[in-house]
Amino acid sequence: MSAKKININLKIWRQVNKEAPGSMVDYRLEGVSTDSSFLEMIDQLNEQLIAKNDEPVAFDHDCREGICGMCSMMINGNAHGPEKATTTCQLHMRKFKDEDTIVVEPWRAKAFPVLKDLMVDRTAFDKIQSAGGFVSINTGNAQDANAILIGQETAELAMDAAQCIGCGACVASCKNASAMLFVGAKISQFALLPQGKVEAKDRAIKMVSKMDELGFGNCTNEAECEASCPKEISISNIARMNREYLKSAVTGRNH
Amino acid sequence: MSRFYHYLNSSIMKKQIMGVTGLLLCGFLVSHLIGNCLIYFGDRAFNTYAHTLVTNPLIYVAEAILLGIFLTHIFMAMKLTLENKAARPVAYAVKKPTGRGSTIASSTMPYTGLLILVFLIFHILHFKFGPVYKITYDGVEMRDLYRLLIEYFHQPLAVVWYVFCMLALGLHVSHGFWSAFQSIGFNHPKYNACLKNLSKVYALLITIGFSALPIYCYLQGGR
Ligand code: FES
Repeated sequence: MSAKKININLKIWRQVNKEAPGSMVDYRLEGVSTDSSFLEMIDQLNEQLIAKNDEPVAFDHDCREGICGMCSMMINGNAHGPEKATTTCQLHMRKFKDEDTIVVEPWRAKAFPVLKDLMVDRTAFDKIQSAGGFVSINTGNAQDANAILIGQETAELAMDAAQCIGCGACVASCKNASAMLFVGAKISQFALLPQGKVEAKDRAIKMVSKMDELGFGNCTNEAECEASCPKEISISNIARMNREYLKSAVTGRNH
Repeated sequence: MSRFYHYLNSSIMKKQIMGVTGLLLCGFLVSHLIGNCLIYFGDRAFNTYAHTLVTNPLIYVAEAILLGIFLTHIFMAMKLTLENKAARPVAYAVKKPTGRGSTIASSTMPYTGLLILVFLIFHILHFKFGPVYKITYDGVEMRDLYRLLIEYFHQPLAVVWYVFCMLALGLHVSHGFWSAFQSIGFNHPKYNACLKNLSKVYALLITIGFSALPIYCYLQGGR
């Protein structure tokens, strides 16, 4: 498919800082190559803004290849835009038509305050991770690669959960701003493996408590998170977290 | 104690309480439906059934437990809904379902739930605390609930309202039934499809089963 040029109308959330009220601002962008990515389109807009001495649109991005999870954007009412299993940076302008109006907003959640324009503060995820999303081991010589055997199916499940890039699309797309897909994935990736099982009980309690404390909502099993997740993390991870938590609450000794 | 409260107040336990009470209510619906079906066997069978139920002293215990389950389900629903609203203080200007996740049933749970609550209040007022007619079979005097039903459902509007609420109930349980299992942590690729279908079958059974009752009563022509 050869590249075309399209003209688009943008409605972008502009907010000077954390405290400022913010509003939607209209922009017109002409001659956007359909081969450019969504972020390159915003780069193009920013060049235009800078040339006019206006403040460019602030947005998070890093790898631009779908692995870092920084490029958080609500595009036309969908987290990371309309395409399945795709981060914003991997979304291309060929998905849009000439003269389309595209609404771009930051993630909205109490636990993800807007810092500026499209940038939100996702430190809440780091806090949940540091509450228990790790395995405590004494480092030393690495043991033999095959010393602990793990079934292929289990390894696959753990890998599927570990695919989570922590982008926050689950929270953004959930009508309850719940972080359960993220936390479910993080709990699962460890709980499934022998190295992680040792601390599984403590981990479930601590990570869930932290999640609740930070003001995320409660899951109502609508699966919009799974549908919006660029890594297609399954809500079966939420179910695993639910039973891990129940088990820990009933039988845990340390808490 | 504080630990216990901490667990009970966690997002996951609250969901699980919702799920378990919901499933118990699903069970109640089935027993209620089966009992009500005695109406097809005429006034005597139905009235005797109702009489046997309410004259058993255990009925108070059963009613108290049922009320407890209902109130817990409703209280949790309100608490969770308020918390969930608070978790997103600023709404999106545009928010669309992906089409791959939420369903009409799942996204209307608070509304169908509220409608069922309103229905329930009127339902109890109309039948449990409604007009008392008497009838005697073999020298035993009892309440003629059958007559009350036939009279009440002689009004087309009453039938329409009832059926409308049963549609909402069906929608509610079609998501709730499956959802309860997910909340408890039961999710297995082998059974997921089966469980989701069971959820739909159950919802259909409840909606059709309960809707048939007032329609049958209406067709009796008020006598
Ligand atoms: S910029 Fe890294 S995932 Fe999009």
